[in-house]
Amino acid sequence: MALRQCAIYGKGGIGKSTTTQNLVAALAEAGKKVMIVGCDPKADSTRLILHSKAQNSVMELAAEAGSVEDLELEDVLSVGYSGIKCVESGGPEPGVGCAGRGVITAINFLEEEGAYTEDLDFVFYDVLGDVVCGGFAMPIRENKAQEIYIVCSGEMMAMYAANNISKGIVKYANSGGVRLAGLICNSRNTDREDELIEALASRLGTQMIHFIPRANAVQHAEIRRMTVIEYDPTHKQADEYRALAQKIINNKKFVIPTPISMDELEELLMEFGIMEAEDTSIIGKTAAELAAEAIAA
Amino acid sequence: MSSMNREETEALIQEVLQVYPEKAQKDRAKHLAVNDSSVEQSKKCITSNRKSLPGVMTVRGCAYAGSKGVVWGPIKDMVHISHGPVGCGQYSRAGRRNYYVGVTGVNTFGTMNFTSDFQEKDIVFGGDKKLAKLLDEVEALFPLNKGTTVQSECPIGLIGDDIEAVSKKKGKEINKPIVPVRCEGFRGVSQSLGHHIANDAVRDWMLGNRDGDTSFQATPYDVAIIGDYNIGGDAWSSRILLEEMGLRVVAQWSGDGTVAEIELTPKVKLNLLHCYRSMNYISRHMEEKYGIPWMEYNFFGPTKIAESLRKIAAFFDDTIKENAEKVIEKYRAEYDAVIAKYKPRLQGKRVMLYVGGLRPRHVIGAYEDLGMEVVGSGYEFAHNDDYDRTMKEMGDATLLFDDVTGFELEEFVKKIKPDLIGSGIKEKYIFQKMGIPFRQMHSWDYSGPYHGYDGFAIFARDIDMTVNNPCWNKMKAPWVKESAAPALSKAA
Repeated sequence: MALRQCAIYGKGGIGKSTTTQNLVAALAEAGKKVMIVGCDPKADSTRLILHSKAQNSVMELAAEAGSVEDLELEDVLSVGYSGIKCVESGGPEPGVGCAGRGVITAINFLEEEGAYTEDLDFVFYDVLGDVVCGGFAMPIRENKAQEIYIVCSGEMMAMYAANNISKGIVKYANSGGVRLAGLICNSRNTDREDELIEALASRLGTQMIHFIPRANAVQHAEIRRMTVIEYDPTHKQADEYRALAQKIINNKKFVIPTPISMDELEELLMEFGIMEAEDTSIIGKTAAELAAEAIAA
Repeated sequence: MSSMNREETEALIQEVLQVYPEKAQKDRAKHLAVNDSSVEQSKKCITSNRKSLPGVMTVRGCAYAGSKGVVWGPIKDMVHISHGPVGCGQYSRAGRRNYYVGVTGVNTFGTMNFTSDFQEKDIVFGGDKKLAKLLDEVEALFPLNKGTTVQSECPIGLIGDDIEAVSKKKGKEINKPIVPVRCEGFRGVSQSLGHHIANDAVRDWMLGNRDGDTSFQATPYDVAIIGDYNIGGDAWSSRILLEEMGLRVVAQWSGDGTVAEIELTPKVKLNLLHCYRSMNYISRHMEEKYGIPWMEYNFFGPTKIAESLRKIAAFFDDTIKENAEKVIEKYRAEYDAVIAKYKPRLQGKRVMLYVGGLRPRHVIGAYEDLGMEVVGSGYEFAHNDDYDRTMKEMGDATLLFDDVTGFELEEFVKKIKPDLIGSGIKEKYIFQKMGIPFRQMHSWDYSGPYHGYDGFAIFARDIDMTVNNPCWNKMKAPWVKESAAPALSKAA
């Protein structure tokens, strides 16, 4: 089987890193060879696999050694649960330097050092929530990730983000082979969440590949820096991640997304009662003016 | 060949524009004009200070070049750090020939290259810590420095390093001015914005440092030379004339200049502005804040020098006015002899100029003193106030070109066939290979000074040895028959 490179995007705090690591653990359990590349200066994309706080990142070690040229692959590549290879790009503290450049440098380093070995089945890039500059689009440029999964929930902002990320994919899809492979719904227990994400997926021309229900087991495992798959393989939540893993293994639906306009998205949200219809009569009116109108009426 | 008339010059511009695609043609047409010296406002006929079109081979520089290379670089007792990757500092090092007195590496640092030498990790993690360390090292290794400037290269602006905070902190620790300059190369359309940014940095971080200090013994004759970069010693040959007039030159901005001179300038009575383009900003500021008047002057060629000396003297008492006349008389025999020697050899020769922000107009008088005529002139990075001033200096129906492209300049030269071109190093060898005498007028072609009466003698000699150099008669291969047309007119 040829190497499949996948990138996970989604709104900040939606659970990308947790979902990715549980999914990757399930893939490994199913006998797949997988590598995770964390593309976030926080470097928290591999801790559940490695049982560590945060692994030494490429950029951190490069800064210590002088430059990336001074690094060897084994300095930055750690192997964790079930043979999963882990790398973190790393980057600066908030407010200084250029985290985007760090992602670019780290991924170039991995390529040059031959981290993408032939025995790998999957590489997963876990990317910082907001694609703020070119650096965070690095994983979806040519010759990198071909499949994009967007983690989202039935909350308004998560759906806005999913739509915006789709816009970014369209840009690169036209020049390269990157495709949207599906939405992963990481449930927040909002009303009719599955239907809503199904509807959004169909508008975007894609699928909701799996609905992951909310379960405390995920948190219990996370406290122990473990995935559910490893911590409690018999838990029904582990089966959810296994189901997601199987769906991804068998996934054939790779599309150039059809992002929708703001108006269309708001219509969709109103349809599901997430958002109220806008009252245009009050826009730009001060409290005093509104009070005066109320009296007149 | 006599000068072209208005219609011919207009036709030449149209002909050259023909090769461009429609959009480029429309844009470039605004930057080319036939001079009409009766027009008061140049904006009616020429556009300037606009973004260059991609692909036209502009010779403009960047904001960093304008700040580090032009305005700040010549201040000799400061260390100027090229903050960012190594290339910007190294490839611009010591190229401008700003002469200075001092022991390089001990109490002066003008021709040295200081850089933070950014690496990949400095981009990713930010360079503030490295800058702080570098400032400590500068202080330890070069304790006689009087201050430091941090000249930002492009990446500093991209990654948003807080060089102001580092400069403020270190400045307090070291107790010397440390000046952060936000002159990232991508800002603005040319080096011109770099001049402005550098002026603003002087204003915000240094100029007021001695505002409360009354220890300076002022005289009624204190002046500052502003906008003379002492290229080949220009400021020195200017300064002696002012001193012979009885004025006291307190500061040179910035050629052979020092921190003390900059800080004392707010105490002078008059600011004398040579390069208007690069330092009008600080002159205007000193006028507003300290009430110091400023005036433009021109020390190229005896006609303009005499005019300027009288104009400067008019600000002072009768003694100074009489002294100005004495200075003009004192040198008369000298410059008359220069003119007597070279004018017959240069009379009627036609010149085209394409330089930076001042010389395309300021040197016209010096050529005219030698009997020469400037038939075409253009600026790399002028604004319209420069063209307002230029149009009065240039003859009617002469050619004006702004941010001229490689193609345009070559075509103009082929048609106009000047006897001399004065421009930069990027143009030099192209025109010499076309068989046209050329002088590099940014750095005076490794010669100078050209300012003042001393400079005029050198200028005249240099122009003569270029225009009348016997090598230009050897351009034709001996086996080419006499009847064959010269290469140049064939090209035209």
